[in-house]
Amino acid sequence: MTILKLILRWIAHPGDFALDTARPFLHQLLVTRLGLPELAFTVVCMLIIGVIMLTFVSLSAFWLIYMERKVCAYFQQRVGPNRVGPFGLLQTIADALKLMQKEDLIPAKADRPIFLIAPVLAMTATFMVLAVIPFDKNLIVTDLNIGVLYITAVSGLGVLSILMAGWASANKYPLLGGMRSAAHIISYVLSPALPVLSVVLFTGTLSTQKIVEAQAGGWNLLAMGPMGVVAALVFLTASTAEINRAPFDLPEAESELTAGFSTEYSGMRFSMFYLAEFINMFIVSAMFAVLFLGGWQPLVIHLPLVHLTLGPWGGFLPGWAWFLAKTYAVIFVLMWFRWTFPRVRVDQLMKLEWKILLPISFANLALVAVMVALSMPKA
Amino acid sequence: MHVQDAFFYLISALIVFCGIGMVTSKNVFHSASFLAVVLLLVGGLYLLLHAEFLAAVQVLVYVGAVVVLMVFAVMLTSQLGDVRVAQNNRLTLPALAASLVFLGVLVSVLLSHDWSATPAVQPAAGSFTNVQSIGQALLTTFAYPFEVVSLALLAALIGAIVIARKDEE
Repeated sequence: MTILKLILRWIAHPGDFALDTARPFLHQLLVTRLGLPELAFTVVCMLIIGVIMLTFVSLSAFWLIYMERKVCAYFQQRVGPNRVGPFGLLQTIADALKLMQKEDLIPAKADRPIFLIAPVLAMTATFMVLAVIPFDKNLIVTDLNIGVLYITAVSGLGVLSILMAGWASANKYPLLGGMRSAAHIISYVLSPALPVLSVVLFTGTLSTQKIVEAQAGGWNLLAMGPMGVVAALVFLTASTAEINRAPFDLPEAESELTAGFSTEYSGMRFSMFYLAEFINMFIVSAMFAVLFLGGWQPLVIHLPLVHLTLGPWGGFLPGWAWFLAKTYAVIFVLMWFRWTFPRVRVDQLMKLEWKILLPISFANLALVAVMVALSMPKA
Repeated sequence: MHVQDAFFYLISALIVFCGIGMVTSKNVFHSASFLAVVLLLVGGLYLLLHAEFLAAVQVLVYVGAVVVLMVFAVMLTSQLGDVRVAQNNRLTLPALAASLVFLGVLVSVLLSHDWSATPAVQPAAGSFTNVQSIGQALLTTFAYPFEVVSLALLAALIGAIVIARKDEE
């Protein structure tokens, strides 16, 4: 009975389990018993965390691809994958096995080293961002004090991989796709950053974990008043564009550019780009949940007239379940966008960024600054 | 030898290697890629010095913006799609002279500096928030230079737009 209780507690708080039980146990085993140096312990810890994160990434990518196909199918009044496994759940795994068997083609005219590095870089840049995503109170790889800035900086490396892939393929379609993508991402670096900045201003910290903790009394979406809603909408729109998802999927518009920058890629290297794309969607949604929806905090609605909390019932679901539920709700909205809106043109894309999103987010940031300054205690 | 020292030598060796690769590579795109790696690794050096904010900004500005713009420019050159774009001009000797002068300045500064001074007190891990200290320094001690730099950047921005719009009329 006690063992069952213990296991339930571990499931509810995996972060506490890792910190209080697994880590001291490993330390005792490696350093005290086997007499290995502290460095070895650190390296083993890093390796274990890396393997856990990689497993998580692969599993979420499998699930996300399945979810995308199913959501798309129901939006188009189809059934979607339903042959492999129950409800077609194993379809993605079958596809992945097929991709792994495929030949790793490299075009004869391609620039070999850069062609080979590009998908790895795409994967690495995406993977590194996951280090500062807070899954639960203690469940985060590392709580950097520059967390939000780190995300912006590291995810900016992704564009380099797209450019490298486009250029190294020595083919006009990937090249054009890469160029479009560069113009696109350079423009859309600013507008997701400004709403993030307004949240940073409001909560007074760059650490993702502290941003979540600051929302214990109410989600930023509502706590910041109308500015929170505007910031959230701008962030959602601009990040959909930043991760190249429809209706902003111009870099790989298949009717114009074959498959954009990834045209010449096959097998595992193609699937790395594909995986990075889906994990980017997860990251953007997780960021939205962290910045505006309170991350792993339970549901709290705090408005001038309405105050609704789940109280002790909020603890009914563990923190990571709240976090994943919010993240997947946002992911569903992103998929909804994709299968509802037609693709925008390049000029519409640029107009949206420079003439609509950017002025709005600058004005919004100024308003948030005024609000924060007014609510500050007189020094 | 500390772990950090080992990392310092590893990163420095890689920086030197990629720097040489950058200037000797015959291909502009390869040079830009080497430059990206060099700039990333310099960010790593900042991390070793506990300057997390500087490291993040280094990656954000230099790798995320400057190198991307350079690569973009390379792709926009007339030989679009051509893998071999020559990267030589007749300025080898002046460049060598300039580099030697710069090396002389660096060496003289390095030799004249007093390295025996004890380093500043190392803060405990995790308690270090250099974002706050940078922010405070920018708005108090360095408020005047900060404003001047902002104005210069704004002027450059407007200037770039004016130049780009010129032929439209």
